[in-house]
Amino acid sequence: MTDAPLIRLRGLQKYYGDYHALRGIDLDIERGEFFSLLGPSGCGKTTLLRVIAGFEDVSEGTVVLAGEEMTRVAPNKRPTNMVFQSYAIFPHLSVGQNVGFGLRKRRDLTADAKDGLIAEALAMVGLDGYADRAAHALSGGQRQRVALARALVLKPKVLLLDEPLSALDKKMREHMQVELIRLQRQVGITFILVTHDQEEALVMSDRIAVMFEGGVAQIAEAEDLYRRPNSRRVAEFIGTMNFLPATVTGDRVSVPGLGEVPLAAVQATATTDGETVVGFRPETATLLFDGQADTDHVASGHVAEVVYYGDMTYYDVALSGTEATVRLSMRNVFGRPVLEIGAAARVAWSPGALVLFR
Amino acid sequence: MGVPLDQDTKRGLTLIAPPLVYALALLAGPLLAVLVFSFWTQDYLTIDRTPTLANYAEALTDPIYRTIMGRSIAISGVVTIVTVILAFPVAYYVSFHVRPDRKSLWLFLITIPFWTSYLLRIFLWKVMLGFNGVINSALTGLGLIDAPLTFLLYNANAVVLTLSHAFAPFAILPIFVALEKIDRSLLEAARDLGETAVTTFLRVTLPLAMPGVIAALLIVFIPTVGDYVTPAEVGGPGGLMIANLIQAHFGGLNNAPMGATLAILAMGIVTIIALATVLIARKLSGGAR
Amino acid sequence: MLRAYVILFLAFLYAPILLLPVFAFNDGTVIAFPLDGFTTKWFAELWTNDELHAALMNSLFVAGTSSVLAVLLGLAAARANIRYRFPAKAAAMGLIMLPLVLPEIIVGVSLLVVAVRMLGLDLSLWTVVAAHVLICTPFAIAILNASFQSLDPSLEEAAIDLGCSRAETFRLITLPLVMPGIVAALLISFTISLDEFIIAFFLTGSDPTLPVYIWSLLRFPRLIPVVMALGTILMIVSIGILVLAEWNRRRGLARTGAKDSGGFL
Repeated sequence: MTDAPLIRLRGLQKYYGDYHALRGIDLDIERGEFFSLLGPSGCGKTTLLRVIAGFEDVSEGTVVLAGEEMTRVAPNKRPTNMVFQSYAIFPHLSVGQNVGFGLRKRRDLTADAKDGLIAEALAMVGLDGYADRAAHALSGGQRQRVALARALVLKPKVLLLDEPLSALDKKMREHMQVELIRLQRQVGITFILVTHDQEEALVMSDRIAVMFEGGVAQIAEAEDLYRRPNSRRVAEFIGTMNFLPATVTGDRVSVPGLGEVPLAAVQATATTDGETVVGFRPETATLLFDGQADTDHVASGHVAEVVYYGDMTYYDVALSGTEATVRLSMRNVFGRPVLEIGAAARVAWSPGALVLFR
Repeated sequence: MGVPLDQDTKRGLTLIAPPLVYALALLAGPLLAVLVFSFWTQDYLTIDRTPTLANYAEALTDPIYRTIMGRSIAISGVVTIVTVILAFPVAYYVSFHVRPDRKSLWLFLITIPFWTSYLLRIFLWKVMLGFNGVINSALTGLGLIDAPLTFLLYNANAVVLTLSHAFAPFAILPIFVALEKIDRSLLEAARDLGETAVTTFLRVTLPLAMPGVIAALLIVFIPTVGDYVTPAEVGGPGGLMIANLIQAHFGGLNNAPMGATLAILAMGIVTIIALATVLIARKLSGGAR
Repeated sequence: MLRAYVILFLAFLYAPILLLPVFAFNDGTVIAFPLDGFTTKWFAELWTNDELHAALMNSLFVAGTSSVLAVLLGLAAARANIRYRFPAKAAAMGLIMLPLVLPEIIVGVSLLVVAVRMLGLDLSLWTVVAAHVLICTPFAIAILNASFQSLDPSLEEAAIDLGCSRAETFRLITLPLVMPGIVAALLISFTISLDEFIIAFFLTGSDPTLPVYIWSLLRFPRLIPVVMALGTILMIVSIGILVLAEWNRRRGLARTGAKDSGGFL
């Protein structure tokens, strides 16, 4: 029983009239995990979160939470709590009344005990002494903290977060990402985060499910997902990737512009002979500057475009003998000049970073 | 895949049921009854329930009915155009020249007279326009005229004036709302692209305000056609309108089926004119959206 | 120039209204200039006129009952309209909102036909109430639509998520947050019903409402100064109610920290 996953979703289907919002979702989420549902808008990630919370009925399939079948159980009877995208702070109540809202029905607690829990929850999110403030006077970041405290004070088995950081500015968002990770480790509750921001998902999650059009495309740990995307689509959605046409013949892969390598050296999702595509991340290849010796795998070309970012420079290199242009990201080293457009370029790449797609 | 009524649909239907049943029973049903009634005839006190178009034939051919119907439409039309033209600058001023935090106050000022008893407002116009009324007293007092003017009251002009006054807020508010919705940077963009203040108004502001103007036209036109009190009070014999005729048939003339016929005809004509207004206005504004 | 025009227009709007107190305090039975001196006797006469008291009580009963019923129906309709999707929604809302654009005489006539000619009912204050509920409901819906529109649906979901039943959510979250709209809708419906003449004229039996009574007085010039005094009081009461409604609305906005988006009309 304790070994079973905390959340077990099987065969979830959801229709809105003719619109097929969830197309057969099977998912297990473990106790204490920080799990993210990542995908573009309209991919069904929010619908899936609301199915777990109980706000949406599924057309088919089952939802099991902590070993109990909960597919048709009302949201107020589930061991989940939600942080809404708009935070949904009750504007006519004080901060303390907001945080204590879910404790209202706890007959086993005295008023003092409840006040203690409220103060504790507020302290946990860094809002000590805010209990008597009016809720509508709070800033965006403070509202979010109140929403977190309001959910965590109930000690749910699962905390559901629906794009909780999307309304914050960049600085605040980065700050809250770290804060959320710290909070999750501190309380040990399973967090399920919905986001369309791949960077946010990579930063925060133990595991990520990438969703497209109502289905799960890949479930993996952050590093795995980044290094070994199982499809071009996932690779394109997460970070940047260079794609080049390639041909598989027997146990060799030939990539025009780069060269030929053994199939065993690359990361392959398919090994059938024929035309295919390989990809590599911009930071897995480097430009060789004057005085740097060639390595085993070097492609030549010229610089087609330079984008300067301060700490980084992005180079687009047109590979000799092909139509292909690849993007490289280079950390700027003090004293080293930035190459100019048209300059000859040597690109050192590694076969192990190549991902072969179907 | 056939989905049975989901929870939300059920809740929506449960909620809409009471007001909908009420409207069906007290609005749709009675309107249908009036329609049925209009095909019956009445001879003194007995009602003949044989369906006939006799009332319609009479209503559409008898010069008295035709005159009054035509007059109602004409008076309402003039009232509508006068009211909307008078109202537009006011709405424009409040939307474009009043400080944002003062706008509510201005709207409040404009709507206050409207919340005074309708009957009393009409009566007060009688006092304004009457033989010994305010205007005549003032003009005589100033020595501008020797004898009181008699053309002020008890005619169609008085009806137009009184109705324009009564419906002014109804015209101002929708136009104001439409003007408020206009993104001010559009106007700056037009100026930036070389339009003058006047052409900006004509080519940008006015077309964007058109939905509000159409709403104002309809909101004024539809109820004024059916107005009863104003023509009865300040219209005199030459200012009577269709509502007075309908009332007379249900009351003194005791010919309810004819009254029903006139009501149906009035509704039909109003609906046609309203739809035509919307269509023409859409065409004129280039079918925008 | 525009400003001058607007001021002129306001003068036009207010000119007849300003005559009301002038003649209410004028010591003469003829409503015309020149004035005959100051008196408060018309106000004194108001207190002793039993018919007027009866008419006022009738109107208060009609307006009170109609506004409460209209707001209850309006709450259901506005909630359904904003929150839920269901078949034939546009048609249903269209029918319910129809009285907003229907000449009132049509409403009066159609109800008269059904009540008297078809059902043979006796006309009473209740027939007036039935009709006033019909015409006030669309106004209530228009106001409540705005209230429900500005209510973030995730507030209700949050309450359910935190353990509330639907009924508790409505009581603890929805109702307090739409209360300013409910109060405004009540006040507006009350005022509309209080002032409505033509429908009441068709549908009252032996008990006249205040406007119907005023209408009958306009035929007896001797009593007109009394009507002026009454009108003055009604005007002050109406403005009082409006100020109250506006103040209530602003307080609601301030309480929830929302932005002011113009008046409730």
